[in-house]
Amino acid sequence: MIDASSTPTVPRVSAPTMPAGLAAAGRVCVRLLVGLLYGAGAVGILLGGWLLAWWLSAKELPAPDSTLKVLWELLRNPFYDNGPNDLGIGRQVAASLLRVFIGFAAGSAVAIPIGTLMGSTPFFNRVVNPLVQVLKPVSPLAWFPLGLATLKSAQNATIFAIFITSLWPTLINTAFGVSSVPKEYRQVAQVFRFSRFRYFGKVLLPYSLPYIITGLRLSMGVAWMVIVAGEMLSGGSGIGFWVWDSWNALNLDRVISGILVIGMVGLALDRVFELLLRRASHAG
Amino acid sequence: MPVSAVPALQIDGVEMAFATPAGPFLAIRDIDLEIRRHELVTFIGHSGCGKSTLLNILAGLGKPTSGRVLLDGLQIEGPGPDRGVVFQSYSLLPWLTVYDNVRIALESVHYHTLTRAEMSERTEAVLRAVELWDHRKKLPPHLSGGMKQRVAIARAFAIEPKVLLLDEPFGALDALTRAALQDELLNLWSHTRRVETVVMVTHDIDEAIYLSDQIVVFTNGPAATIAEVIPVRLERPRDRRRMVHTSEYADLKDRLMELLVCGSKTAQAA
Repeated sequence: MIDASSTPTVPRVSAPTMPAGLAAAGRVCVRLLVGLLYGAGAVGILLGGWLLAWWLSAKELPAPDSTLKVLWELLRNPFYDNGPNDLGIGRQVAASLLRVFIGFAAGSAVAIPIGTLMGSTPFFNRVVNPLVQVLKPVSPLAWFPLGLATLKSAQNATIFAIFITSLWPTLINTAFGVSSVPKEYRQVAQVFRFSRFRYFGKVLLPYSLPYIITGLRLSMGVAWMVIVAGEMLSGGSGIGFWVWDSWNALNLDRVISGILVIGMVGLALDRVFELLLRRASHAG
Repeated sequence: MPVSAVPALQIDGVEMAFATPAGPFLAIRDIDLEIRRHELVTFIGHSGCGKSTLLNILAGLGKPTSGRVLLDGLQIEGPGPDRGVVFQSYSLLPWLTVYDNVRIALESVHYHTLTRAEMSERTEAVLRAVELWDHRKKLPPHLSGGMKQRVAIARAFAIEPKVLLLDEPFGALDALTRAALQDELLNLWSHTRRVETVVMVTHDIDEAIYLSDQIVVFTNGPAATIAEVIPVRLERPRDRRRMVHTSEYADLKDRLMELLVCGSKTAQAA
């Protein structure tokens, strides 16, 4: 047989042809299959590592099959409510998400305007930046006692810690975006005499939006990590509390299930911001 | 003096120095020039000779360290609605459509002088003039370089400034696109009566001859100044193909080559 691709001058009269739609569907199928294979590889590595850890720990850790059974039970009925000491995992996640959203919204509402001011006013930046640099590396949980003392409730102290967490990445990214508006756009605004208001709405904001969203995305990522630790401190409800509670009950199947659920929710949150970022980005 | 007797732009002893870590850098010095109404004037010279610096001063984007520039007898203090600018880098706002990029300039400059209907009408007219009306809903990143610069030219003409300033507007375009855009520029200029004077920076000798009434030749920087102002007396409208066979063209090209190429061998490397 002659390979068709090596003889381009010969018209392929009798070459097997496929309708375009079918070919496209075929390509999608192949891509799906490849994706599934990669996914299977990842699951394989996870299970392999897990089994190794299980074996190395002299079977202290639960084996995958028992944990997956527990996880399945948890996910089958996630929203049951048998009183405050026995809530479905979905309700715990919802409680955590609510705290994260409140703290994150409040933090963003503070960080975006201050970041904008920092980015557009060198004087303000020089005053505030040292403050940010000192406070940024502090674990947000260090603020927890201050929240307890002032807000008088462990729930609100957790939200306060999330608020602090959500400040820094958003603040820094917003300030960077605002301060890096290219000269050409600023000159356009000058030459065509944009008002301050118009410059803000039509140049500064659209230009900085991808930076702001990146800041929000990072803030949300850290907030979702901090909420677990915060709820271990505060107790009461939430996925962090639930994991700690499971440990106190020596139920490691539940602890690992909790880890997997936290990971999947975190992934979903990140994807939301990734989508927002794609919509806001502008290839100049 | 009647207004028409005052030059459109009068540049008196302009000097521009920039502060650098190594001390002040003198970009241009001793610039004296009068630009008459209804003329197209090009600034030509090698890269770094300060021609763009002077254009920025005319636009009001930079203040000369000494000397002054008068527009219709009034000193330029900053950017104004009487001057439109076309930048080399197009400078379109990538998050706005072609239509909105033109419209926003009109709304900003003529907020109090035009009605909404007049703005819509004028936006449509300039976009049709540069043959981009069918592309009005596209975003700049989806346009070719030539189309982007057409939008920028349309935007500058839309506000109908008295003086149009262009900073190497066609420098990044291929030869065919460049020729087409040169003709579009001349066409728009002749049909927009309120745009009286055009000043353009270029480093292309043929472009300068084809477009100009006066060619201002700069010496090499730093501390550049005007070497010579060469009038172009070729009759308008000019024919690209016929023009090159005239003795006037040959003389002009010869003189410009002498000033720019032979007179500045040392700067060629730059």
